[in-house]
Order: sequence, then C-alpha cells, then structure tokens
Amino acid sequence: MINASLPALRQALDARQISSVELAGLFLDRIEASNPALNAFITVDRDGALAAAAAADSRIARGEAGPLTGIPLAHKDVFCTEGVLTTCGSKMLSNFVSPYDAHVVSLLKQAGAVSLGKTNMDEFAMGSSNENSYYGPARNPWNTAHVTGGSSGGSAAAVAARLVPIATGTDTGGSVRQPAAFTGVTGIKPTYGLVSRFGMIAYASSLDQGGAFGASAEDCALLLAAMTGFDARDSTSLERAPQDYTAALAQVTADRPLAGLRIGLPREFFAEGMSDDVRAAVEAALEQYRALGATTVEVSLPNAKLAIPAYYVIAPAEASSNLSRFDGVRFGHRAADYGDLNDMYCKSRAQGFGAEVKRRILVGTYVLSHGYYDAYYLQAQKLRRLIAEDFRRALTECDVIAGPTTPTTAWALGAMGDDPVQMYLADIYTIAVNLAGLPGLSHPCGFGAGALPVGLQLIGDYFAESTLLATAHGYQQHTDWHRQHPAAFV
Amino acid sequence: MSRSDWEVVIGLEVHAQLNTASKIFSGASTAFGAEPNVQASAVDVALPGVLPVLNRGAVERAIRLGLALGSHIAPKSVFARKNYFYPDLPKGYQISQFELPVVQGGTLTIRVGEGDSAYEKTVQLTRAHLEEDAGKSLHEDFHGMSGIDLNRAGTPLLEIVSEPDMRSSAEAVAYARALHALVRWIDICDGNMQEGSFRCDANVSVRKWGAEQFGTRREIKNLNSFRFLQQAIDYEVQWQIDTIEDGGTIQQATVLFDPETGETRMMRSKEDAHDYRYFPDPDLLPLVIDEAWIARVRGEMPELPAAMKDRFVAELGLSAYDAAALTAAKEIATYFQAAVDAAGSNIAKLCANWVMGELAARLNKADLDISASPVTPAQLAGLVSRIADSTISNAIARKVFDALWNGEGATADEIIDKQGLRQVTDSSAIEAMIDEVLAANQKSVEEFRAGKEKAFNALVGQVMKASKGKASPAQVNELLRQKLAG
Repeated sequence: MINASLPALRQALDARQISSVELAGLFLDRIEASNPALNAFITVDRDGALAAAAAADSRIARGEAGPLTGIPLAHKDVFCTEGVLTTCGSKMLSNFVSPYDAHVVSLLKQAGAVSLGKTNMDEFAMGSSNENSYYGPARNPWNTAHVTGGSSGGSAAAVAARLVPIATGTDTGGSVRQPAAFTGVTGIKPTYGLVSRFGMIAYASSLDQGGAFGASAEDCALLLAAMTGFDARDSTSLERAPQDYTAALAQVTADRPLAGLRIGLPREFFAEGMSDDVRAAVEAALEQYRALGATTVEVSLPNAKLAIPAYYVIAPAEASSNLSRFDGVRFGHRAADYGDLNDMYCKSRAQGFGAEVKRRILVGTYVLSHGYYDAYYLQAQKLRRLIAEDFRRALTECDVIAGPTTPTTAWALGAMGDDPVQMYLADIYTIAVNLAGLPGLSHPCGFGAGALPVGLQLIGDYFAESTLLATAHGYQQHTDWHRQHPAAFV
Repeated sequence: MSRSDWEVVIGLEVHAQLNTASKIFSGASTAFGAEPNVQASAVDVALPGVLPVLNRGAVERAIRLGLALGSHIAPKSVFARKNYFYPDLPKGYQISQFELPVVQGGTLTIRVGEGDSAYEKTVQLTRAHLEEDAGKSLHEDFHGMSGIDLNRAGTPLLEIVSEPDMRSSAEAVAYARALHALVRWIDICDGNMQEGSFRCDANVSVRKWGAEQFGTRREIKNLNSFRFLQQAIDYEVQWQIDTIEDGGTIQQATVLFDPETGETRMMRSKEDAHDYRYFPDPDLLPLVIDEAWIARVRGEMPELPAAMKDRFVAELGLSAYDAAALTAAKEIATYFQAAVDAAGSNIAKLCANWVMGELAARLNKADLDISASPVTPAQLAGLVSRIADSTISNAIARKVFDALWNGEGATADEIIDKQGLRQVTDSSAIEAMIDEVLAANQKSVEEFRAGKEKAFNALVGQVMKASKGKASPAQVNELLRQKLAG
C-alpha cells in the first residue's frame, strides 16, 4: 500500500481492501515514525485527517467516490487551511490558524482527499533548500545530511519517503521542480493562472503558482486535475475548461510511446555550470527518450542567463509589498514589548521574519524606490518579456524543451554557507519558466554522486500540461527511476 | 505690498466615495455607521492569502464621471500599489491608480459669485482614478492605545484631480460645489460630507501677478465642508503672503486645517514625504474598458446639468440665470421638469417662478429638501395652470398652495372648488359689489375725483375684500374705472 500508485490505491479503496481511515492511519503512523528524522511536516492533523477519512469512507460506500476520495495527501504550509495552523514556515505566522481554506484546499476537500497535515517549507517560500524554515530544515530522505531543496522541501521529502502519496506545493522560481529533483519524485508546476492563488500566501504574485508532487507523472496528473480550475476570487485565474490529464496519459501505450515528439535541448542549459553526474544522468535520459521515439533538436534561449537577475528584482519587489501586511496589528507575531507604533512595527517584523525574508524585503524595497524603479524594476520587466519571447521562439521548433532541473544534486545541509547568490544560482534552469509563465515538470532520471537523485526538467508551451505529463508518463512506462525509494524510510 | 499684488493658484483633489453596495475589491458592505469591524471581510482585513477582485460597479461609476466631464476614458488603465505602513491600512499598501488612470482630462464649467458680478469659468480636469479607502484609527476611549475600525477599508473612491485653474477661494468653492452637484446628479456618490463621502484636498500657492512659474504649493488635507474649504484656503493664502513678505520662503508641505482655530498647521514637510514605491499590482490585470461598455453606460446616463440648462433656455424660454438655478441640483431640476411636463411647456416660466419662489421659500423655512416637498410637482402644476387660465389670482394661488402644503386637498382644483375660490368673472356680480363699495366709501370716491390715485387702489382693495379675493383684479380695475368715470 505504501508504494502504491494512486490508481492502485483507488482500486483498493473501491474494492474495500482497505478503508480510507485505515489508509490515513497507515500514513499517519509513518509520519509519526519518520518525521523526527525528516522534519517534513510542520503540523500533523491526525484528528482532522481521520474525520475526513471517515467521511470519505461513507462517500465511497455510497458509490460517490471521485478519483481522490479517501486518498491521503499533504499541503505545503503556504496554503491556508481553515482551523489548522498555517505558518508559511515563519515565526511571523507561528500562531496563525486560518479562518478559511485556500481554493486549492477546498477543491481537494470537495474531491474527498484526506489532508494529513502541513509540510515544511522555506519561510514565505523564499529559498532553495528548506534551510530558511523557522521550523528547521526538512531533510532529504536519500541522505538526511543533505537538503531537500526548496521551497516546497517538506512536500517533496514527504512524498519521497512515502509519508504521504501526494502533496501540494508552490513554485515561484522552481520551488516544486527543484525539490522534486533533489528527492527523486515527480513534480509539476502548471501554466500561470491555472491554479487559483486564493488562500496561497503570496510571495511573488506574478510568479507564484500552485503545483503537485507525486511518485509519478500519473499521480501528479490526478492531483493536478483536482487542483486546477477557474476561481473568481483570483483575478489572474484563467477561465478554461477543466482538463482530463489522465485521459492524455491513457493514449501513451505503444512500444514507441513518444514517436514524433520533438524535444528541444537549449544550448545554454547544456553549457558550463552543470555537474558531471547530473549531465550523465540527463544525457542517459535523453538517450532513453530517443529510444522511445522522440527526436531531439538543439534550440536556443539566449536570454535565459538573465533570468536570475530579472527574478531577483521582480520577486523581491513584489514580496516587499506582499509581506507588508505582516505588521503585528491584526494577526501573526507582535513583539511583547514596544514603545510607539513604529517601534511595534520594527520589533514585530525584526523578530517575526528570518534573515532571507528580510534580505528580500530590503532588496525589493530598494528596487522600487524613487529613482531606482526604472533602472531595476522596469528593466527586469523588459528582460522578462525577452525571456518569454525566447521560449515562444524555441517552442516553434519543438514540442517540449528538456534539460536538467538543477545544476547539481542536493547539497549537504549548511554547504551554501552564508552566500545567498550561490543558492540563487541553483535555480538557474527553473526560474526562466516562471518568468515566462510556462508549465514545467521534473521527473527523476537517475542518481548522481552519493546516490542522490537527479531530475530532468520538461518545459512546455502554455497549457501544455497534458503534453508534459504524457511525455514523462511515456518515459516512466519504460524506466523505473520513479519507483526507487530511499531505503532508510521505505 | 497688499494681498492684491498676489495671484492665488488653487488645484483641488476631491475624494468621492462611490455609492456601490459592496467594496471595490471585496464583497463586504459599504454601508455607513455599523459597529466597528463588522463590515470587514477577510480581504478587507488583509488576511494572508486573500486577493482583490475589482467591483465592476465602481468602474461604471468612473465611466459615468468621465462621460459627464467629457474626459478620455482610458481603454486600458492599471491598478498600482501605493506602499506605506499605517495600522488602518491593512495590506500595508493602498490599491490605487498611478501612471494610467481610468479617467483622463475633461472640463467642468462653474458659475462663480452672485448677481451682476457672477461669471462663468471652465476648469480643466487632470484625471480621476479609482482607489480604495483606508480604515479609521480611533484614538479616544482606548487608554493610550489606538482602536482600528476597518469598516471603511476598501470603500471605493474616485479621486478627481483638477488642474491648478482656480484663482480664489470662491472659485475653489464654486468648483467643489459644482462637482458635488455633478456626482450626485449622475448618481455615483451620495455627497454626504459629514460622513466623509466627499472630501477635498486643496493645493494652494501664491505668486506675483505676471509671474510665469507657480509658487511652491502646500496641500491642505481632508476638508469636509465647503465652509472649511473656503476658510482654510483664505487662511493659507494670507499665511503664504505674510510669510513671503516677511522674507520667508514657502516649503512644500502637507498641512491640516483646524476648524477650531481657523488655522492651517503643518502635518509633514516634503522631506518627510513617503516614498510610496508605486508599482503595478500583480494581483489585478489591467482594467480594459471597450467601446461597447462605454456606449452602454452612456445610454444609461441622465441628461447632464449643462445640457439641461441649455435646453431650458432654448425650449422653455427661461433666462440663463433661472435655468442655472434650476439645474444647480438634480432634485430641483427633476422637480421642475416634472412640473413642466404636467403643466405644459407654455407656462414653464410661471412654473419656474413658483419653484424658485414660493416653493423654495417654504422648503427653506421648513428645512426640507425638495425631494421631500409636501407639494408634489403635479400639484404645483395644477395650481400654476389655474393661475395661467385666470381661474385664480396670484393671491388666491398662495392660499391654495398653503392648503396643498397642509394636505387639505389632493389637487388645486379640489381646493378651489371646496373652498369656493374660483375667480368671479361675471361682470354684473362684480358691478353689484362695486356699487355697494362705492356707496359705502363716498370719502374715497371724492378723494379719487380730487386726483388722488391712491384712493383708487383703496377702492380696488375694498372690492376685492368684498369678493373675498375671488374677483379678477384686472376686471375689478376696469369696471371700477368705468363706474368712476361714468
């Protein structure tokens, strides 16, 4: 059961081989046993989970089960959950119990999925290692001395260690794909606007997008299908007919499932910067893709190198404004002792925010300041358009773009030291995708040095989620990297 | 040097609260006066994760204003965040419009002064943009702390900015009054100044006559009555002139007006001014207004005061002065129009006299708004028609008006019949009354014959009295002269 795919779990639930309550209990026990070592969860909601599971069981008994009814999952702690602590990985919200559900949370509740708890993350989703969490770093199940990646590190670690079959995440610059790569699971970030941001605590609004973690593209497809859909409460939510991603996967059955697929390989992604072990695994995966019928073609993303500087202007600018509401006035942390109003603001925010959050607020405040706005913010927006143009052009020459998800495998905890720029560079292959608003997926494609997983990233055109999932699914039908599990936990 | 050496330059920024039922970015009610914080939704409180959704009704009201002012309505405008910290600003930023406002340019023609010295002036508008109001900080009753009421947070505002076109406090007040009348006329704002629905900021500077450049301005914030607007500007102008004439210079600043002392005092200098770090709000897409939307709103617009005024002159033959007075407020114009519709446009002038005369005086005395008038437009029309067709005299008409005001009858005709007020036009009956009066007032007859015209008037009065006011005064005049001559 622990390693079963969602369709297998569905079958077991529908055949009454196991009840949803039993399934939830099984995973809750696994969380209890392994979380001390992994720190993947900030909050475990056993009572809420068992109640939801019982409700799912009666729904199954009534014959009204949907694809996710009774399936356990976990939410990244960036999603507001009614009545459940919602910290966003920050001391600032360490006392915040949300009075409402995020759109994603309510959609999954309606689908009958059973939330086991809230997963660890970099504070306010700012980070690439989960080391910026107020609750301490989540640890990589493949080697607990190594990071999970971030910011959705807890969700990735929880799925990798099979503490939960699927989990939600968010991806602003790679925060789903990078931890998926580091922990050997599959993760997808859809086109900007497909998943409602209502109730998803904002980091950088124009880049933030909800995403899905699962063991396979198949599991991700089921979760993503339940997360997407128009939401009138989010003005950037797109009005599009719901997509049946699973149906797209069903078409991938032949011996050469990817015949005719043109895979673009950006010259810039395969130049310097990628470690040898990652390169070897990615090259092998591409060879496998060709064996499955795909052709590869070199493409160019000449402005991709500008993605990191553009991102580190736009994202902090938006963050500096988005995080202004955390002022200690209405909710969240307020300093115990303060003099006047200004002192209350300063102390509450100084105490409530961690170093990386403060750094990005300062950078964002700076780039929006009078006299600097044009040089930084407007310039970065221009770069953003150039980057999007690059992708548009490249995607006329191919169906999907492929490359490494990350330049290296997961590094050791603390290895980045105090050099934030070094950490920022770890997102070099993922960030451009957010700037363009495109969908991206990472799937495991082997192991590098130290037996740590390597991820391959697929990037598609707008709304090409089905193509990405079907491509990864085709690969996963003929490989078993996604079925490898960290022995210490599974 | 004296004040007459200086030219005063004033521009106004008016914040008009839009009369939508719900807030500009949330579904919470905008009603005034509720218990603190009961009308603050998750969005208004700025809980983590919430997002704004634009209220189309607020946009339509902006379009209405733009159409009324002849402005350019931007096909694409952008919401921006104005960032600053204050406890009654829950998000730490106000959603406003900065570089691309929804309404651009336009003009408003105002009438300044009274009587012969009155003149018209056309004020240029810079822009009008949509934004959200903040909450309120309450500093009393909290024992050294401040209370925060977020009911008002997110109430839609239209900030209407004029060019620095006004040259006196009188012009500024005339502009503010005209704009106030207009927003009520097109039904986008209730105009309630006590509740803060219509607030003015005045940018004031002075310069020597003939100077090419404007002087340094100071902005007087939050004036919520026309009287305060006038007082604040007058004080500020004198203060600036005195300061300069005493050898000082004006520093750009924001000031507050204290109605208690009648003085302005500095709130913050330019050096303390916030850097608001405006940038486009990534939570809101650009506001796109297509021609079809504008056309639909245009189709729903009422006739505007300027057009109505011109029509009153051209079609009803009113004087420009009367037409302006009748279109100074929508309620008056509506009342007058309804009365004319019922009475017929051929007696529009008589209707106008009654609306601006007897009715206005009675309403004023009773402290009633014209929309609450006990005498309806139809009733007034009925009354005026009977004057026009000589059924009653003006004197009797005032009696009938009183009776209508007091609810003594449903129509003027009913009161005239019930009280027997119909004018007596039967000449034999009037002659009989004249004969009686002449017989009883021989002294007056003699005086008249001795050349005293006044005595004639006394005799007319006696005849009218004898007829209980019902005789036609013109007829009495004519018959009396015949009798006395005979």
